[in-house]
Amino acid sequence: MSPTNRTVVVTGIGATTPLGGDSASTWEGLLAGRSGVKPLEGERFAELPVRIAAPAAVDPSEVLPRPLARKLDRSAQFAVIAAREAWADAGYTAPAGEDAAVMPERLGTVIASGIGGVTTLLDQYDVLKEKGVRRVSPHTVPMLMPNGPSANVGLEVNAQAGVHTPVSACASGAEAIGYAVEMIRTGRADVVVAGGTEAAIHPLPIAAFANMMAMSKNNENPQQASRPYDKARDGFVLGEGAGVVILESAEHAAARGARVYCEVLGQGLSADSHHIAQPEPTGRGVAAAVQNLLDNTGLDPAELVHLNAHATSTPQGDTAELKALRKVLGDDLDHIAISATKSMTGHLLGGAGGIETVATVLALYHRIAPATINVDELDEDIDADIVVGEPRKLPAEGPISAINNSFGFGGHNVTLAFRTV
Amino acid sequence: MAATQEEIVEGLAEIVNEIAGIPTEDVAIEKSFTDDLDVDSLSMVEVVVAAEERFDVKIPDEDVKNLKTVGDAADYILKHQA
Repeated sequence: MSPTNRTVVVTGIGATTPLGGDSASTWEGLLAGRSGVKPLEGERFAELPVRIAAPAAVDPSEVLPRPLARKLDRSAQFAVIAAREAWADAGYTAPAGEDAAVMPERLGTVIASGIGGVTTLLDQYDVLKEKGVRRVSPHTVPMLMPNGPSANVGLEVNAQAGVHTPVSACASGAEAIGYAVEMIRTGRADVVVAGGTEAAIHPLPIAAFANMMAMSKNNENPQQASRPYDKARDGFVLGEGAGVVILESAEHAAARGARVYCEVLGQGLSADSHHIAQPEPTGRGVAAAVQNLLDNTGLDPAELVHLNAHATSTPQGDTAELKALRKVLGDDLDHIAISATKSMTGHLLGGAGGIETVATVLALYHRIAPATINVDELDEDIDADIVVGEPRKLPAEGPISAINNSFGFGGHNVTLAFRTV
Repeated sequence: MAATQEEIVEGLAEIVNEIAGIPTEDVAIEKSFTDDLDVDSLSMVEVVVAAEERFDVKIPDEDVKNLKTVGDAADYILKHQA
């Protein structure tokens, strides 16, 4: 088999999210329909129009050794924690080279973040103003650079084939996974640690997103604030955390006898070229991405049984996504069980593609789709099978496929497809 | 009141513990910051700034490169503290 059409599989998963400090507790939370959204306490949030968010369930500074934690931005802390879990879950016991099952020059990382070390930048600016130049941390630049999480994960696992960070706002995590698939397909690497991370719960990003009128202001009912597809949805809720997968060529995974969760069929990409922040209203760009996915991957729409939707709980976006899917998939949309896991985790921006890939992989592996919570009254504009109430069992037999959508400010559309093995 | 050499080494041990996580009892005058105490060039800047505050001393950037061991730093601080 030539390197350009190598099959890519998922052999490890890791996450740290508003629902739990690892992928197992996150998955449990998703199936239980738990909301990770909480009120933002403290004076620095008091004046904001939005005083809710979905903070990580486990504080990363309590997980990592202090000397390491203090040199990493919170987004890199999340990435390192999720990557360590995924690396061990894939059966690797040491960094590449030390663990002879993978060589450093055949290992890459692609971990993305939408906005990088924004809390480091803002905190260090406070230090500069309040305590002076000398007290600004010498770690500030490596902490705030958006490639910091990918680079730090690369150091952890000794990745030498390439360490990359695509940046496309809320599509970043999904774009990272697509990029990693291509690294393996084109023969640049056999194994890639891929995913997304974000840590932006700070008054400035919240004020900025709120002023764009993109966020829910349902401060009185935090756990009901993120409500994709519900008639009363009024914007997204900011979440934080990371989701990481280990991608591997099927040959490499087979040679070492690795457990395989599923195959990654590939990605579909497009750009709206419509507006810097607003979704294109007819869903033209999203439809193009899904069409590209079908054309590029040979995904059989008849096998498609699950969608982890982008669905952030904004009035415009949730319905536009479904309309675009209907346009491309036609009647095949009717047998797709749709989950909007952001109803529980909030929106992790560049981390979303990471944790939602983990959720999609687990949905296929366990053949069950999480329910979307807070859909009290389904928007009448929605003509698709939204899973509500209880999780939905997916077909128990035969090959099944799922797709995961992520779209970002800037008009970036990324869709990823996965298939059981 | 100026600190004694022993007090300075104790103070540096606490700073190195905070920054690099090395147990305070492992920080001794003959130890190299880089080779023995896991203090890289960026973390060394943190050690220097913390030492400046603690011992009321100025350590210019051009002198930092000469402070290879805990003993070098303690001697420098002893000599230059206000």
